[in-house]
Amino acid sequence: MSTAHVLLGLLAGGPRHGYDLKRAHDERLPQAKPLAYGQVYATLGRLERDGFVEPSAHEQDGGPERTAYTLTHSGRDRLAQWLTEIEPPAPYVTSTLFAKVVVALLAADADRARDYLAAQRAAHMARLRELTAVKSAPGATVGDVVAADYAIGHLDADLRWLQTTLARVADLQKEVTA
Amino acid sequence: MTTPLLTATGITKDYGATPALRGVDVRVTEGEIVAVTGPSGCGKSTLLHCLSGILRADRGSVIFRDQDIGSWSEAARSRLRRTEFGVLFQFGQMVPELTAAENVGLPLLLAGSGRREARQAALDWLDRFGVADVADQMPGAMSGGQQQRCAVARAMVTRPRVLFADEPTGALDQLNGEQVMQAIVRTVREEGTSVVLVTHEAPVAAYADREIVLRDGAVDPTGLGVAAP
Repeated sequence: MSTAHVLLGLLAGGPRHGYDLKRAHDERLPQAKPLAYGQVYATLGRLERDGFVEPSAHEQDGGPERTAYTLTHSGRDRLAQWLTEIEPPAPYVTSTLFAKVVVALLAADADRARDYLAAQRAAHMARLRELTAVKSAPGATVGDVVAADYAIGHLDADLRWLQTTLARVADLQKEVTA
Repeated sequence: MTTPLLTATGITKDYGATPALRGVDVRVTEGEIVAVTGPSGCGKSTLLHCLSGILRADRGSVIFRDQDIGSWSEAARSRLRRTEFGVLFQFGQMVPELTAAENVGLPLLLAGSGRREARQAALDWLDRFGVADVADQMPGAMSGGQQQRCAVARAMVTRPRVLFADEPTGALDQLNGEQVMQAIVRTVREEGTSVVLVTHEAPVAAYADREIVLRDGAVDPTGLGVAAP
């Protein structure tokens, strides 16, 4: 995910300082890895260097001085461009799950690959239950539900792959060890 | 350790020369939701039918509240499914000539309740599943999601101790399926009802507290449900 573009998007509604941006990011993208303050300020620094944001105000309400940032014209153009860019749909198959099955067959045997597939399935099901509980909780926001749906869909795809791969382990072993 | 409400031991069932279940053990405790999963033809639905008394196992026992229901007559098992057990299928199997409220009230009428009492209970349960507005509609006039919610209300109207659900969202799209599953889970948690949930969909099984995976009529300890060649 591009943190820089998400921050540009959060600034589209008006100037905000770093603390506000971190809070808005974590609220609007629930279930995502929370943004570290250091990452917010480092990203704002790069965006300022590249001319996409500029400091618009300095506040000091008794505490440390805080700088609010605002989008520049160039920043708005960059944001608009990003929103129209299509993300390439998985151009490479770079799953650790897939790599681990192949390496299990190369370095050990089919039983090792099967044991791994079974253990991974159990872990995926446990995470699926956690996410289902998150989206079914009485206080779940639409954001929580949409975020959980995304992860659930991907876990479900992995689970289908884990099961079909088990049926193909013996054939795959012949191929990779030939 | 929690006392089991339903304990099946060594359930074996053949269809002619074809074995469907080969010594399956299942324990369901009070208020627990257990998913039974596995690929097509693994014996999931046959197991649900044996546990709920729709079918009698060839061998093994199904103990509900200290009684082996497998030894009961067809009539006694049928009575159990109108009182202590609720059963829900993939296609709601609503009676097409009856309104939603009449369908939901039917189990109470069969159990000896009066018409007024049955209708009031039906309206309450339809309301709990968010379909009170279709109470006087015929099933044919309702959407698939509405029909299935009515079917859940009918399965729950007698306040069963165990709800048996066989692919309850299998005929619904994802959003309707999710709403039906959330309504089922919310209600059984409120009622303390145990659930045996048959499904081949992992996201549906994820509503359960735990999962039993079947493969070729037996419990698959690997959980993968696929024969390892």
